[in-house]
Amino acid sequence: MALYSEKVMDHFLHPRNVGVIEDADGVGEVGNAKCGDIMKIYLKIDNEIITDVKFETFGCGSAIASSSMATEMIKGKPVTEALELTNKAVAEALDGLPAHKMHCSVLAEEAIKNALEDYQNKKK
Amino acid sequence: MIYADNAATTKMSQAAIDKMVSLMNDTYGNPSSLYRFGQKAKEELELARETVASVIGAEPREILFTSGGSEADNQAIRSAALLGKAKGKTHIVSTKFEHHAVLHTLDKLEKEGFEITLLDVHEDGLVRPEEVAAAITDKTALVTIMYANNEIGTIQPIAEIGKICHEKGVLFHTDAVQAITHVPINVVEQNIDMLSASGHKFHGPKGTGFLYAKKGIKLSNLIEGGAQERGKRAGTENVPGIAAMAVALKEAAYKLDETAKYLIEKRDRLIAGLSEIEHSALNGDAVKRLPSNVNFCFEGIEGESLLLLLDEKGIAASSGSACTSGSLDPSHVLLAIGRVHDVAHGSLRLSLGEDVTDEDIDYMINAVKEVVTYLRSFSPIWRDLVAGKKQFIL
Repeated sequence: MALYSEKVMDHFLHPRNVGVIEDADGVGEVGNAKCGDIMKIYLKIDNEIITDVKFETFGCGSAIASSSMATEMIKGKPVTEALELTNKAVAEALDGLPAHKMHCSVLAEEAIKNALEDYQNKKK
Repeated sequence: MIYADNAATTKMSQAAIDKMVSLMNDTYGNPSSLYRFGQKAKEELELARETVASVIGAEPREILFTSGGSEADNQAIRSAALLGKAKGKTHIVSTKFEHHAVLHTLDKLEKEGFEITLLDVHEDGLVRPEEVAAAITDKTALVTIMYANNEIGTIQPIAEIGKICHEKGVLFHTDAVQAITHVPINVVEQNIDMLSASGHKFHGPKGTGFLYAKKGIKLSNLIEGGAQERGKRAGTENVPGIAAMAVALKEAAYKLDETAKYLIEKRDRLIAGLSEIEHSALNGDAVKRLPSNVNFCFEGIEGESLLLLLDEKGIAASSGSACTSGSLDPSHVLLAIGRVHDVAHGSLRLSLGEDVTDEDIDYMINAVKEVVTYLRSFSPIWRDLVAGKKQFIL
């Protein structure tokens, strides 16, 4: 048996939405180098719709795959819908993660929430 | 595929496979049986013992066959602890970067009332003999220090440490799992009382190994039962495996000098190539290291993703990253030589096989360069480092 599902490997080897948005409306960063995982999410939001999303990740294969999948899941979606994204949904969309890698999907959920929070704070 | 994980395990030697298959086919008798067919297996077993003993300068009766290095480590340390305890000696000296077979056994002994001193291994990954001398007290039952480290390959001053132990009348054990057949070993000349080795690290079969214990050292059993192995390890002997291990050991030990010379050249070519990657560092002393071992840290990336991408390029390697261990902490070896968590996560170990070519080395250098550059291209840590928001460590 392989370490990861085919979906995880596909998103790890061909990550979607990699990069930076210079004039982002919201930026979120979670994790720390000590634990070996950092995720940074950039959002472009127009009329409460996420029109563009990019990510940067320092971490293992499942951290990169989780970031890629999570950004795919919120791209083009309303902010309200993106706020409801759960780590479980990210992991399921990847056809599952090994038990000790579930925290990678948690980081993806948190990074997105963090970025949306940053957007809402900037709006005020 | 380029197999660059020979410190994890090795390909079996054809001569060892042939020996194993031949014994499984034709000499399957139980060595404890008295009829000729059983005694033929017994002969093979004792022939293997003579071979193993001769390779390390020991006597056949000083060799105990085990299931591998971990069992040998456990039995050596447990036995020395019990012998010490009987004389009121309850202190053991070891190092911070031993294999877990040693460290976890010491943890248990600590819970049972032993005092454990784990020596520093410094930035170069080398134990200082004078620090061993200073750590020994009149309560010390055992000094156990690995011959060569399994992750960073640094070779310890074993003969010197052994001399100090003997002068102070303390038993000395060394886990030589990584060193044997890569470094010349003679237990008498190097003042070694006990030594552990594992068959599959030198092209023998998995599930085989041995413990050398100098005559006069009373071993305690880990496995109780029949009278096999002079009563020190019960269970019918793995005759085909043991005989095959002996064949592999003899073969590898015979060409040790030639292999070392060849591999040192390849190793240094690889080290020079990988050193060209900015903000990287070789782990462990550059010279006092196994001919086969290369271990680097690359700042700004994580080791598991590095391994997966190298696997895609047909390179089998290893890392001390937390993600490859299933815990949150990176390798205790890298932490012991002073690498902080941030960079210890980005480590890579390439352990070369004797068949590696210059083309393989150059292919690995290019592959690692490509993968490190790619992973850094979307690493938020690397961005901060380059932007000057964070200080480079390497």
